[in-house]
Amino acid sequence: MVGARTDALSKLQGAGRYALELEAVSRHFGALVALADINLTLESGERRAVLGSNGAGKTTLFNAITGDFPPTAGRIRLFGEDVTELPGHERIRRGLRRTYQISLLFDGLTVIDNVYLACRGIGRGRFSLRRPSDADPAMESAENLVSVVHLDDVRDQPVANLSHGQQRQLEIALALAGAPRLVLFDEPAAGLSPAERAELIEILQSMPEHIGYIIIEHDMDVALRVAQSVTMMHNGRVFKEGTPEEIENDPEVQQLYLGSAHG
Amino acid sequence: MDPSRIWTRVHPLQWLLIVLLLAYPGPASDFFTFQIGAYSLILGTIALSLMMLGGLGGMVSLAQLTVAGLAAYLVAIFGENSVGVLGLGWPWWVTCLVAVFIAAVFSAFVGAISVRTEGIYTIMITLAIAVAFFFLVRQNYVVFNGWTGFAGIEPPTLFGVYWRDPAPFYYLSLAVAAFFYWAVVYCSRSPFGLALQAIRDNPRRMHALGFNVAAHRVTAYFLAGIIAGTAGVLLAWFNGRISPGSVGVDVAIDILVIAVIGGMRHPVGPFAGAVVFVLLQNFAIDLIDRERFNTVIGLVFFLVVLFSPDGLLGIWSELRSRFQQSRQSRFHSRGSSGGSKTFDSVGASQSSH
Repeated sequence: MVGARTDALSKLQGAGRYALELEAVSRHFGALVALADINLTLESGERRAVLGSNGAGKTTLFNAITGDFPPTAGRIRLFGEDVTELPGHERIRRGLRRTYQISLLFDGLTVIDNVYLACRGIGRGRFSLRRPSDADPAMESAENLVSVVHLDDVRDQPVANLSHGQQRQLEIALALAGAPRLVLFDEPAAGLSPAERAELIEILQSMPEHIGYIIIEHDMDVALRVAQSVTMMHNGRVFKEGTPEEIENDPEVQQLYLGSAHG
Repeated sequence: MDPSRIWTRVHPLQWLLIVLLLAYPGPASDFFTFQIGAYSLILGTIALSLMMLGGLGGMVSLAQLTVAGLAAYLVAIFGENSVGVLGLGWPWWVTCLVAVFIAAVFSAFVGAISVRTEGIYTIMITLAIAVAFFFLVRQNYVVFNGWTGFAGIEPPTLFGVYWRDPAPFYYLSLAVAAFFYWAVVYCSRSPFGLALQAIRDNPRRMHALGFNVAAHRVTAYFLAGIIAGTAGVLLAWFNGRISPGSVGVDVAIDILVIAVIGGMRHPVGPFAGAVVFVLLQNFAIDLIDRERFNTVIGLVFFLVVLFSPDGLLGIWSELRSRFQQSRQSRFHSRGSSGGSKTFDSVGASQSSH
């Protein structure tokens, strides 16, 4: 009896251990192999940077995890649950979020409406035809998020009027809405000014500890400051894994990076 | 919503419009009340259902008239008609409810078929459905009485009023149009309405926020079906008959023309477009040869699209912002602040009175 209980307990603890497990995940586009046999585990709350040159398969990896483009082979487990067959929006409702490399926002709506929808997406009443009341908790958390990403000044502006940097910040606000547990950031610093980069790093570092994330970032400076571990991808495969220091000092990685930079 | 706030929230011009709409049958002749007024409201309501799908949801459907036509046919089939085919004689309110509901389900079905398509492909699929329905009712005699269709469709006589008389029918159409107008305005700020607009802007991102995009689209078609179906019931009462000619492709395209002329950005557009369309339809004869109506409407369509992609609504807001700008430059000759800022501050001062 006691044995069974501890067994169940350890299973329970084991289930909470990993936020994400990829098992031999592959993605082919016709003859092109974009992802080949990816094995990757991410502990709950872990913060990982994914590095690699263009075409290494980083964004395809994100698309496979979120279900934008499901993998052609392999299994994906999210918080212990096999989500390989689940549609994208169901994975989101389980605590997964992502940002996009090129901002995908709702241009015709205001900033607050964008964030409000993001907060509403994981709650009940998505089909409600009644206008939100002043006490709507989703509206409250939307207001909070808008301040977190420093967009109060443009709260009621249509997204189309925002600067590039502001759109990137809104992109992050959408991904942080509604108690996320694992966020995938796809080059959040792309095109940002140095000041905006510093702000981004501050936002990432101030995220609650239980929220893990994977960040794709070309800027080593940003990536190594916000990540605890690094996965290096090359030609659709995992090339190296390790701590930021290990990766930085790895001769093969240096050769790959410097080699491609000079060639 | 605080009911007392309605007095301050409605713009004086809007009050003027409401008064004009209510007083219209007084001075207007029967022809203008019925053939122009009521008919514009009915066509405007059908175009409103298209505006809801196209303007809010980014789904341009050519099957909205087909949905209205189906409801009109069902009124003849479940209610009474004079051609001796079917006419089950159900009570009028059961007939109406069932007709509108089936039309809405049919609309949802159209949505389910076209939900995975975008842009031109949605138009083609819904056009195919409209054509298929046209040929179905023209060739099927058992249910739809083929080429002749149904005649002798009558609205009920309620509260001692014969509702097909010009003034009562005008007010009935106005009530239906006003209700759905309000419903679309109100719901466009609800979670569902916002989600619909977000899906228009970026369906992929909506997926990534946890929304079931397909389910939202199909629901939008269902709701638009309620609007179009209700207008279809009015259309059957208005004509007193329904036949394949009323659900042809040319008429289906007329609805799109109305929505585009009026503008799809705001629910008022379809009604503005419908008034222009019905006036031209009736009076093009006076301007030009009687067979040339399509030339005239085509020319108007061409001019509107050429000069204002947002239809009459776009022309209106353009004029308004120019007026605001010229007024501002007269009062503040320094002219340091931009036109849009004045626009906002004027709007705010109006709503606070």
